[in-house]
Amino acid sequence: MGKIVAVTGNEACAYALKQINPDVCAAYPITPATDLMQRFSGYVSNGQVDTELVLVESEHSAMSACIGAAAAGGRVATATSSQGLALMWEMLYIAAGTRLPIVMPLVNRALSAPLNIHGDHSDGMGARDTGWIQIYSENAQEAYDNLVQSFRIAEHLEIRVPAMVCMDGFIVSHSIERVEYIDDADVKNFVGKFQAVHPLLDLEHPKSYGPLILADLYHEYKRAQHEVMTKVSGVVLEVAAEFEKMTGRKYGLFEEYRLEDAEIAIVVMSSAAGTTKDIIDQYRDKGVKVGLLKPRMFRPFPFTQVAEALKHVKAIAVLDRADSFGGYGPLFSEIAGAVMSMDHKPAMINKIFGLGGRDYLPDQAEQVIDELIKIAKTGKVEAIKEYIGVRE
Amino acid sequence: MSKKFWEILPQGAVVLEAGSSAKFKTGTWRSMRPKWIEENCIQCMFCWMYCPDMSVKVNAEGKREDFDYDYCKGCGICALECPGKKGNKAIVMEEEGK
Repeated sequence: MGKIVAVTGNEACAYALKQINPDVCAAYPITPATDLMQRFSGYVSNGQVDTELVLVESEHSAMSACIGAAAAGGRVATATSSQGLALMWEMLYIAAGTRLPIVMPLVNRALSAPLNIHGDHSDGMGARDTGWIQIYSENAQEAYDNLVQSFRIAEHLEIRVPAMVCMDGFIVSHSIERVEYIDDADVKNFVGKFQAVHPLLDLEHPKSYGPLILADLYHEYKRAQHEVMTKVSGVVLEVAAEFEKMTGRKYGLFEEYRLEDAEIAIVVMSSAAGTTKDIIDQYRDKGVKVGLLKPRMFRPFPFTQVAEALKHVKAIAVLDRADSFGGYGPLFSEIAGAVMSMDHKPAMINKIFGLGGRDYLPDQAEQVIDELIKIAKTGKVEAIKEYIGVRE
Repeated sequence: MSKKFWEILPQGAVVLEAGSSAKFKTGTWRSMRPKWIEENCIQCMFCWMYCPDMSVKVNAEGKREDFDYDYCKGCGICALECPGKKGNKAIVMEEEGK
């Protein structure tokens, strides 16, 4: 049994990195992930880890250095947020396409312009097609647990795909919560020894990374990359099962909260799920059959499993903490994709909420449930996409 | 069970064979071809030094030999830099295929 502490999300993630002690960490600080790397650099300078901390001059260089170190054969981690992730953009594709199992806590933050440092999912959603595994966390405990698991997931020999572990900027990264730490020895044992595949530093076996692949083979490489992503669910569940054995804490591809007999459902990720659960409890007390589906693994998206979990509901509201200008919210598009396979399609609405760190309030959840009750009764959807909590 | 074509591709497109670039001939898109005129050559090695692609072959005695056309792209830098013998160029560019 580990110890129980009062820490912020950043502190918990930095502590997980300390327990894992990666070989290399290249990072460039950016709010709200600065504090995470700052704490980790403290562990490095105090000699509590023997990680090679590479201080670079931009996030693009940070990811480039991580790619180099991972290709060399090291266990590699970094962390970033918002514009930092945006600056990593082209290197994210290279990490994934080269199948380097880099792990990166992503402290979700809005993207400019206008400049904003607070929490929303615009950054993560911008990187959703880069080929990285994306796991979203509701609170500091989940961020810590997911980070420990993500090393095992990314480094699994069947997949070897980089992974980002997301938590809401400030709301989770800077708020102090009760977190249960796992013992150092247990974490060490759980993540195991890093096994490099084709390391460049193996001088006996020379090799080249990053060849030019033109029209004759590129299509096949991308097909193969998609195939790898179809294997991720199995690995995530396998790792979660082992994690549960160690900690008693259960994780899946998504969380279902009072969804089993629900007639209406809300789909929302990360910290907003907590507030939504409270309001769902209140409506359940009044006899309203409402439930919640909280995606944990956003990439690859578990379409069939989500469709199975939602198959009995009459109306669904998908709450997106990011927008796709001129399109539906990114999470809504995924849920709509999942619903495609259902025989009886539920009515669906999309709410964009909490952009740039705008508080998601209990009355917004009430508003959404009230609308869902009406839709379930009449079958009529007035507006598919709407903004909530916005000044009119 | 037989594997699909894309299932046998090396993970991450890593090339596990050393020196495989030698197999990739890059001289095929040349439109101009350098011609070596041996009697004008003073063995100054300017062409060897300036060639961006190691297409100027040098033998064990350190003497320049004919071009390696498998990799020469016909850029013409060698011909430009060649001082020749008393003003007579040892490298001239000719149209490919003539």
